[in-house]
Amino acid sequence: MINMEKQYETVIGLEVHVELATKTKIFCGCSTAFGGAPNTHTCPVCTGMPGTLPILNKQVLEYAVAVGLAANCEITRYCKFDRKNYFYPDNPQNYQISQLYLPICRNGYVEIETEGGKKKVGIHEIHMEEDAGKLIHDEWGGCSLVDYNRSGVPLIEIVSEPDMRSAEEVIAYLEKLRMMIQYLGASDCKLQEGSMRADVNLSVREMGTEEFGTRTEMKNLNSFRAIARAIEGERERQIELLEAGDAIIQETRRWDDAKGESYAMRSKEDAQDYRYFPDPDLPPVVVEEGWLEEMQARQPEFREGKMERYKEEYDIPEYDIEIITASKCMADLFEETVKLCGQPKKVSNWLMVETLRLLKEKGMDAEDICFSPANLAKLIRLADEKVINSTVAKEVFEAMFDSDMDPEKYVEEKGLKTVSDEGALKKAIEEVIANNPKSVEDYRGGKEKAIGFLVGQTMKAMKGKADPGKVNEMLKGML
Amino acid sequence: MAKRLGRKEKKMANEISDEMIEYVGILAKLELSGEEKEQAKADMGKMLDYIDKLGELDTSDVEPMSHVFDMQNVFRDDVVTNGDMREDMLKNAPGEKDGMFIVPRTFE
Repeated sequence: MINMEKQYETVIGLEVHVELATKTKIFCGCSTAFGGAPNTHTCPVCTGMPGTLPILNKQVLEYAVAVGLAANCEITRYCKFDRKNYFYPDNPQNYQISQLYLPICRNGYVEIETEGGKKKVGIHEIHMEEDAGKLIHDEWGGCSLVDYNRSGVPLIEIVSEPDMRSAEEVIAYLEKLRMMIQYLGASDCKLQEGSMRADVNLSVREMGTEEFGTRTEMKNLNSFRAIARAIEGERERQIELLEAGDAIIQETRRWDDAKGESYAMRSKEDAQDYRYFPDPDLPPVVVEEGWLEEMQARQPEFREGKMERYKEEYDIPEYDIEIITASKCMADLFEETVKLCGQPKKVSNWLMVETLRLLKEKGMDAEDICFSPANLAKLIRLADEKVINSTVAKEVFEAMFDSDMDPEKYVEEKGLKTVSDEGALKKAIEEVIANNPKSVEDYRGGKEKAIGFLVGQTMKAMKGKADPGKVNEMLKGML
Repeated sequence: MAKRLGRKEKKMANEISDEMIEYVGILAKLELSGEEKEQAKADMGKMLDYIDKLGELDTSDVEPMSHVFDMQNVFRDDVVTNGDMREDMLKNAPGEKDGMFIVPRTFE
């Protein structure tokens, strides 16, 4: 297949679109809520009616700046919007409002870490733009149908420098962006659901050459796995062409993950002549010093900072820190609960064991966790004070995980408190001893293990509401 | 392609080639008859001449203007103000099916 006499280097740059988590669209007051019936979130502005006036959503600009600051960018203090002209039915204005000449952020970088060590990936620019509508192809009607609910949903496009050299670096870069943006609350960044989309620009060149090869752009990559496969496939395709003495055509290709191959796209992306010009409907945005400082001050603590701080503040394993900080929601939940109960180790245990188990079982993300820090803190206290035993605590936790109910009330209502009445316990043990002469004999005969069965029987008789340690102790005394 | 094809020497009138008008027609999704093409070529040539005329002015100490109004930072708050207007919006559709706009078939 590939002649490996020549060594090739893969050069990759990424264009990442991120759907911002605003409540409304970028230029109108329509909802961005996902899943509405077709065209129920539309108005004259986002369906491109003549004579309408777009007005910028301030939150879009603030999110874009926040991402830019996190990615060490220069913020463009005088920025404006441009029209990108093309005809396609998902674009009702026949132009997309975007930024070409003065994008909001420029010249930044993010640091990634791979097996090969740490590395900076340059950010060429970040600009704001609007999303297009969704086309549905009507197989029978011989026509297409458009739903403009997504038209005008705010996006930022993060354009990297061609600084990546492998799929591993690309994934590390995307993970880094995703984490950063999730920490900012600017987007949930879900590739599968399209709130984060990556286009891969890739070229190959002989190792040691300075000049870039001809690049192709690959679209339709909606998982990290698809991205890694598409990079490998495109690298091989290009090397094979070069080895055969053929030229690489600069084109847009669509990745088909099921087939594991890409093909050239024939569509709007072919018309590269977008005839950009400044949008006269939108006045420029001037980011004054004071405003920028305000935004800067609002930047949250990012994952790296949190990890460092956790190591110093909480006595929990480094592995736990890594898992907990991998999700902003989980980290917030952890910190809030620790604030309330002051027991980092116990909070971490509930998150690392039971929470992760239930998330996995139910196919949920940390973002879907519904129980509150206050309730988790209460549960920890109930277990600590031995009001409930550990088995009951797990049962209560499962119920809390499902509906965030108050564990104190739940324990009260369901009568789950450990019975501390020694008389009742003694009575139960006497019965168990009377009913299980074989085990009693075994234990007395030196079979230490037999006591386990007797403890189990007593717990059963107590309907689980006893402290097993105490039962064990009393049994030993009574046998 | 987007270069000014057909442009001759400086100061001479702009002449638009057939190739150029064809290309502009494709970009603008316009189908022009032979007669319309000739007319469009002449009009475009005149427009470019006018732009060239402006280019003769010395603007070295004029600030580039990016917007015609002396306005900046016009924002909306991120608050939903629009309800379901689907019925009204679909009145503008060339055709409607299942609550969506019917458009000519597109291929990916």
